[in-house]
Amino acid sequence: MTSQLPFFLAHIWLLPMFPLVTAAAMLFFGRKLKNDAINVLCAGSVFISFIFSAGSFLQLLSLPQDNRIAINVLFEWLPAVPFHMLDGRLANFVADWGFQLDPLSGVMILVVTGVGFLIHVYATGYMAHEGGYYRFFGYLNLFMFAMLMLVLANNFLLLFVGWEGVGTCSYLLIGFYFHKKSASDAGKKAFIVNRIGDAAFLLGIFMTSALLGTIRFADIGPVLAKENFEVGDPRIVAIALLFFVGATGKSAQIPLYVWLPDAMEGPTPVSALIHAATMVTAGVYMVTRTSAIYVLAPSALAVVAIVGAITALFAASMGVVQTDIKKVLAYSTVSQLGYMFLACGVGAFTAGIFHLMTHAFFKGLLFLAAGSVIHALSGEQDMRKMGALSKKIPITYWTMLIATLAIAGIFPFAGFLSKDLILGKAYEKDALLWAIGYFTAGMTAFYMFRLIFMTFHGESRVDHEVEHHIHESPRSMLIPLVILAALSIAGGWVAWPEILGGNSVFIRFLEPVVAVPHELRAEAAKGVSSRMGEIGLMLLSEGLVVCGILAAWYLYIKRTNLPQMIANRLGWFYRLVYNKYYVDELYDSLFVNRAKDLGLALGAFDRTVIDGAGVNGAGWLTRFISKVSMWWDTWIVDGSVRFGARVVWLLSIPVRMIQDGLVQSYMLLVVIGLIGFLAYYFHIAHQAMH
Amino acid sequence: MIPTEAYLILSLALFTIGVVGVLTRRNVIVVLMSIELILKAVNINLVAFSRHFGSVDGQVFAIFIITDAAAEAAVGLGIILAFFRNRETVLADEMDMLKW
Repeated sequence: MTSQLPFFLAHIWLLPMFPLVTAAAMLFFGRKLKNDAINVLCAGSVFISFIFSAGSFLQLLSLPQDNRIAINVLFEWLPAVPFHMLDGRLANFVADWGFQLDPLSGVMILVVTGVGFLIHVYATGYMAHEGGYYRFFGYLNLFMFAMLMLVLANNFLLLFVGWEGVGTCSYLLIGFYFHKKSASDAGKKAFIVNRIGDAAFLLGIFMTSALLGTIRFADIGPVLAKENFEVGDPRIVAIALLFFVGATGKSAQIPLYVWLPDAMEGPTPVSALIHAATMVTAGVYMVTRTSAIYVLAPSALAVVAIVGAITALFAASMGVVQTDIKKVLAYSTVSQLGYMFLACGVGAFTAGIFHLMTHAFFKGLLFLAAGSVIHALSGEQDMRKMGALSKKIPITYWTMLIATLAIAGIFPFAGFLSKDLILGKAYEKDALLWAIGYFTAGMTAFYMFRLIFMTFHGESRVDHEVEHHIHESPRSMLIPLVILAALSIAGGWVAWPEILGGNSVFIRFLEPVVAVPHELRAEAAKGVSSRMGEIGLMLLSEGLVVCGILAAWYLYIKRTNLPQMIANRLGWFYRLVYNKYYVDELYDSLFVNRAKDLGLALGAFDRTVIDGAGVNGAGWLTRFISKVSMWWDTWIVDGSVRFGARVVWLLSIPVRMIQDGLVQSYMLLVVIGLIGFLAYYFHIAHQAMH
Repeated sequence: MIPTEAYLILSLALFTIGVVGVLTRRNVIVVLMSIELILKAVNINLVAFSRHFGSVDGQVFAIFIITDAAAEAAVGLGIILAFFRNRETVLADEMDMLKW
């Protein structure tokens, strides 16, 4: 099988290995290397991975459309372990070190290595003056390895390896400035919150294995078909929900989104790569990868859609009032991920992946451009201390504007195509879901242009000290910006909708690996989608987006005192939103502090019961027993010995009195004895005579 | 002729004096002399009974005892002399080393 595959497809397992090798080199010997050498090695290995990805993607395209899959099994990871499935049948638990390339993972590796490479190049400029340069790139390459493992794995267990690997790298990179307490706290928070989702994901894997008897992706669809599971089977729903809980952790959805805004403590390239473009989309990828399970669980899909829609709206509302440029983008990321889940939830998995890809372009660009702004302002992140930067850093301005137009959904930028595809699918499913998504699109346009206007337009509010140092970023940072800007414009054109004269190449490309919900399948067969309706929806959302932009312009350029007045007018509601709905405080009081209380209680238990009653009690008891034993020895054992001695001593007194050593007293005794003897003798003799 | 009882009474008196001397005198030389008195009392007894029974056996014994007493006196005085050289005393009540 392998030998028949073309070169790249036969060696896809090599893809993650390039960054792994350089990551190991960095982490073991990086300290001794010069920055230039690190740049060449780390960016170079990712570039090789990208070339490899492109090569294998092209070779994948050359395969026949219904058989576009390549599987490399490197070696058997866990030997076949027999176990009983839920229904009692015996199955073998098999997990291979196996890699699978199909259209879905093909898209993912291109995004991961492509955007990843650009961000590596950017980071060589951004991090040039930071300490721990080798450490940063070592972690970054390790992340690339884990992410590629995640998207290339051919079974759940290997996917989980990558899943945990990216989580670990995320933790390491959020806490990169570990001497800052807030950064190390944010790292811990990300790790712990993710752990909750991971636990559910792991349970989902166990249940899949127990129910279907396999954890290979390629086997899941056929097994589901063969076993004839009913739509809505509760066991399938349970698996789907467990997977989704896992996805909410990694992809920052309600209720586990709280770590992502805090993750902005990490260096900006990390925010761009991990917390915008790649890692946080792993949940969407995973849900899409398991779409065959989800289509059998309509109730789970509904949960996915509702959580996605609410997260999109909720996060966008928090983004409106943030003043930290990176925090705005963080909430925007949460919101956009909500869109992707909304897409998955309404059964349009391909639309979700499409938005994932365009989002990787424009959100990666937004973060990189924000990093460039921060770089220009010597580390300032507060938008209230920016303004009027468009002339001073023009390239950053123009690229960021393009990304903003893309995320806002202006025709024909990439974001427009993907977001409208999602909204169209949502409308087909449920008008309320569409309404939430539609309203959120308006808010997105508003808060993104608020960011643009506060940062680049109006009057300068920059500190004088900082103002002198404003400079455009070096070329290594600008080139990735320009390339990503081009992708933000044109990246969506691969799925140019049929309604506008295109042929949705991208969607058709993905369709073979993604399942379609039954009712949608039926509808597609009927061909009910109304052309006029689709165009109408597009115009409607364009209208709202323009309104959002105009509102932002009016509030932040025209009448700059108005936002404060509105904030004052809204009072408690503004404070509620400004404080992020007090969700962190709620979690603190419900879970975090309760966990701390539990820790304190267990500590007190240890101190009093284990140490106190147990250890100290045992010590006290031993001492007590030894005292009793000592009393026994002193008084009973030694006492009886001394008592015997005393008795002998007392008895010896008369004997000692006799033995005085004087010859004469001995003599006297002899005489007395003699007299006594004689007296006795004569007494006997006298009696004998009578 | 002097009756045998008279000899025996003399012998008894001498013996008693000797015993009392041995028991009471502090000077060891006097004690030795008292022992001689006891031996002489025995000798008188032997001789008296020899004559009483008309046998010479008792007289032979008496000769032995005299010889023995001479040897004993020599040894006893030698011990006393040696003791005096060590302890510078000849008093019996200071000679209490036998109990050790």
